[in-house]
Amino acid sequence: MAAARPIGDAPEPSRRAVLAVRAGVAAACLVVWEAISQSGLFFGDVVPSTMKILASFWKLATFDGFWTHLAVTAGEVVASVAIGSVAGVICGIAIGAEPFLRRAYEPILHYLSPTPRIILFPVMIMWFGIGPESKVALGALSAFFPAALSTSAGMLLIDQALIRVGRSFRATRWQMATKIYLPAMRAPVLNGVRLGFGLAIIGVLLAETKLSNKGLGFLVMQFYSRFDMPTLYALLIVLFAMAGIFNALIGAMARERR
Amino acid sequence: MADRGGLPRLLAQRWFAPTFGLATIVAVFAVVEALLRADLLNRYILPFPSDVVLALGRVVTEENILSRMGDTAFEVLASGVLVVLVGVPAGALFHRFPVIRAALETWVAALAAAPVVLAFPLFLVLFGRGQKTIIVISFVYGVAPVLLKTLEGLSATRPVLINVGRSLNMTSSQMFWKILFPSAIPSIFTGIRLSWTFCLVTVVAVEFLVNLGGLGQLINDLAERYDLPGTYAGITFVILLSVAFFIVLERVENWLQPAP
Repeated sequence: MAAARPIGDAPEPSRRAVLAVRAGVAAACLVVWEAISQSGLFFGDVVPSTMKILASFWKLATFDGFWTHLAVTAGEVVASVAIGSVAGVICGIAIGAEPFLRRAYEPILHYLSPTPRIILFPVMIMWFGIGPESKVALGALSAFFPAALSTSAGMLLIDQALIRVGRSFRATRWQMATKIYLPAMRAPVLNGVRLGFGLAIIGVLLAETKLSNKGLGFLVMQFYSRFDMPTLYALLIVLFAMAGIFNALIGAMARERR
Repeated sequence: MADRGGLPRLLAQRWFAPTFGLATIVAVFAVVEALLRADLLNRYILPFPSDVVLALGRVVTEENILSRMGDTAFEVLASGVLVVLVGVPAGALFHRFPVIRAALETWVAALAAAPVVLAFPLFLVLFGRGQKTIIVISFVYGVAPVLLKTLEGLSATRPVLINVGRSLNMTSSQMFWKILFPSAIPSIFTGIRLSWTFCLVTVVAVEFLVNLGGLGQLINDLAERYDLPGTYAGITFVILLSVAFFIVLERVENWLQPAP
């Protein structure tokens, strides 16, 4: 936000104008949505009216098993972020601490990191079965790469004086990692975990939509196959909101007390 | 003494570290092969790496790979072009009208972080089960980075360049086309690289999930046939292909960066 002023050195827009634009855009979206919904361009309920979607939130909250499905998915995401991040941070420190290893392995991680993860799901099913384990494995793989890359990049930013202090105290590797490296790069590590968290949610839920018998991804496919569109919209809105909230929370953790 | 001098010199060679990294991967495969032959790993879930290498040839020749690559490439390109056609002008609009930027930049950033691909059943219903759906999802996923990076690049134009434009009494359209836009191109391309990466990943993922066209479906097919070496070979092939795509994008991006 602190970027250069636009041409003409226009004054900062007033708060009221900003709010007006936001309200206008939101209202326009709702109106267009309602119009499409009423127009009959799409089959009934493909674009349900906003009132119907609002009503579906209640239906969703009281839906038999919704909270169980939510708990299953939450458990899978937490487990996969924990496994993937810990493995990622350990690899990141190992690679980042040794220039030779960094040059050897960082490019591999860098290029493998954005490749589509979900296509590994058939392999995960073979290894871990069709239960939650295969979803956790896929989520952990998704969370691993950002944590590893961000940690190994963070190692470069550590003040060399801190590292020399640790060495002069003859800190062991474990002590170096826990007392010097990790506290000194809290922000990049947490940022890597945050990115990994977002990818793990996607990995776990996509895997659930492909093959599962519980979890919110399973529920998405249930509503889809029953053509219960209003509830599907409600569920997706809930999912997006949850992903956004957690993303913001971890981001705030990374920013404070750095 | 010669040995002690040799190793550090070898380690310092530019090519040695990356080769060592790749050699580790080969070594891991060799170990897996040995463990499988010794029956220490389960042959029913892990194929012999040597079989996977052989299957790679079979997958390439027998699975209509060219038409599949064509399908996937078409979807990636179509959504990629759309992303640029919408994202760059929208970014310029955000830059031109600070009030729009102040109001909506955080919303666009939120869209960039949202797990849009999870909504694929919705898109299937809205747009039918075809290429159009895949292109739309991929577009929604990819548009935010181009918009944000265009905005960032335009805003970061050096004041001295803007002052040159002013002293030449340029009109605002001249200012945009001759000063702002050219200076933003490197940043715009960074956005394009990010977006196209998203697009490729999304396209392959949706193809895999809904079993439709292209390379994603290839893996689904092979896995459902329980063709073990074939599945692994298909996955390897798609990963190698996407890595090649990322490397090309990165090269172009670096080539467009201004000389330091």
